[in-house]
Amino acid sequence: MSKDLHQLTAHEIRTALQSRETTATEVTQACLNRIGAVDDSVGAFVEVWTDSALERARLIDGEIDRGNDPGPLAGVPVGLKDLLCTTTGTTTCGSRILRGFESLYDATVVKRLLNAGAIPLGKVNMDEFAMGSSTENSSIQATRNPWNLKCVPGGSSGGSAASVAAHEAPFTLGSDTGGSIRQPAAFCGCVGLKPTYGRVSRYGLVAFASSLDQIGPFTKDVEDMALVMNAISGKDPLDATSADVAVPDYTKALSEDLSGLRIGLPKEYYTDALDVEMRGKVEDALEVLKAQGATVLDVSLPHTDYGIAVYYIIATAEASANLARFDGVRYGFRHPEAANLDEMYTKTKTEGFGEEVQRRIILGTYVLSSGYYDAYYLKAQKVRTLIRQDFDQAFEQCDVIITPTTPTAAFTIGEKIDDPLQMYLNDVYTSSANLAGIPGVSVPCGLTSGNLPAGLQILAKPFAEETLMRVAYAYERNRGFELGDAPIV
Amino acid sequence: MAKITLEDVEYVAGLARLDLDDETKQRLQKEMGDILDYMDKLDELNTKDVQPMMHVLGMTNVFREDFVGESLDQEAVFKNAPDTQDGYFLVPRILDAE
Repeated sequence: MSKDLHQLTAHEIRTALQSRETTATEVTQACLNRIGAVDDSVGAFVEVWTDSALERARLIDGEIDRGNDPGPLAGVPVGLKDLLCTTTGTTTCGSRILRGFESLYDATVVKRLLNAGAIPLGKVNMDEFAMGSSTENSSIQATRNPWNLKCVPGGSSGGSAASVAAHEAPFTLGSDTGGSIRQPAAFCGCVGLKPTYGRVSRYGLVAFASSLDQIGPFTKDVEDMALVMNAISGKDPLDATSADVAVPDYTKALSEDLSGLRIGLPKEYYTDALDVEMRGKVEDALEVLKAQGATVLDVSLPHTDYGIAVYYIIATAEASANLARFDGVRYGFRHPEAANLDEMYTKTKTEGFGEEVQRRIILGTYVLSSGYYDAYYLKAQKVRTLIRQDFDQAFEQCDVIITPTTPTAAFTIGEKIDDPLQMYLNDVYTSSANLAGIPGVSVPCGLTSGNLPAGLQILAKPFAEETLMRVAYAYERNRGFELGDAPIV
Repeated sequence: MAKITLEDVEYVAGLARLDLDDETKQRLQKEMGDILDYMDKLDELNTKDVQPMMHVLGMTNVFREDFVGESLDQEAVFKNAPDTQDGYFLVPRILDAE
């Protein structure tokens, strides 16, 4: 093998274990060594589970020795975003209010990964309660972009993206409420998928905005995306919003033939506001896809301009309701000095939540408050219907919609942190997929002149993940370049 | 829409049980003003005949059988609790002593 063990993809690990070229223990140890070597610079992991990971790897190796099949992701290490409940270690959501919290159960996705034989390496960093686009809002530590340590990895799943880009883990899970998987995947040069709302169970995901949140994977290539989605998708009785829709074998969707595929380009996305270099990358990608048999046409998503406003009204409203539960009574931080219950609530929340979380709770409380509910929240839910209808109409003409994932490549640490509105506008190309409930994937489409990755976003109809993977796979196999490894400088 | 006043910020912070210092209140007054100004662009759209979205995929009520399942162990449930006594969560005084 020409690659080091920590550089392997999940499917390469699978092949190497099947042919007995290596062991789960060696692969796991290689990832742990890699974390030890580079994570001081990258800051992706907030907790590393050395002992439990190696113990699990030995169990998997024992199963393989006995000739048993320990599962489709057997021996593949994984990093878990710190808002997925795990009985190992703590689950803190990057927040002071949950520091030291030990979950009583594993999230359904974690259980499913364990059943598939994966080996959790630990928890990865995030913006507090998934609120942010840069991972600068973590109360624990900063995470840096492995392509340029002065830049943000994106967010909120910044640790999930940075750890895959730095080859600390072959794949990770994150969550996407308005772009929190696709944007960091684009910034760090990984493949990142936000599945259809309901495709993956959210049981054990600490909720941010319940009508928008979805869990999804970060991988090094599209084949791994299919493997991981096979493992985590499907109805879960513990999540009533998980959809009772059959899960196909996503690996069967990986085809390079795009004959008959219609790609829609929404004219509202390709305006003068789009960075020239990013536009060039997308145009290059479209040529690759056309050569594989796809045709390209213009479509319209007339309510695109209203997406961010709708998104931040609905997301903050739902967040203010979801975060009310953190009151210092049953778990988490409790302020030690309070004369009575009311004071305990107030002091606990005020000290427990960071600046961005407080800003969003206040905004969300405002848009839901008496006298403003109709003007903001109800209005936003109506415009959300219009945004969904835009996509329904566009998908009558085309099979996928292609856009850049982000308006620019990764920005520098500190650049936008003092201007919340500018930070929010960073979600302009991604948040409408959450509002419409549709799946979206970001695949790397080259490096900018600043040597930072650019991401191509592909969107499809609800439950058309197979189509997304087919297009992403055809592109990845024919794009004519290798992204290469992040330099970590 | 009306401009956000300092009193608006204080009122909403009270509803959310957040105790903000003066500097934070002033910062939030400006930030909320900017953000809500941006959100006011929704007023450009006539939505009189549009139904608000209730569920993004049109899912309606989900039912399951009503059966007694396994419960969590009480000791485990209290593992993360800041304060407990005799099988209860303990909180500071709720009513005045008088």
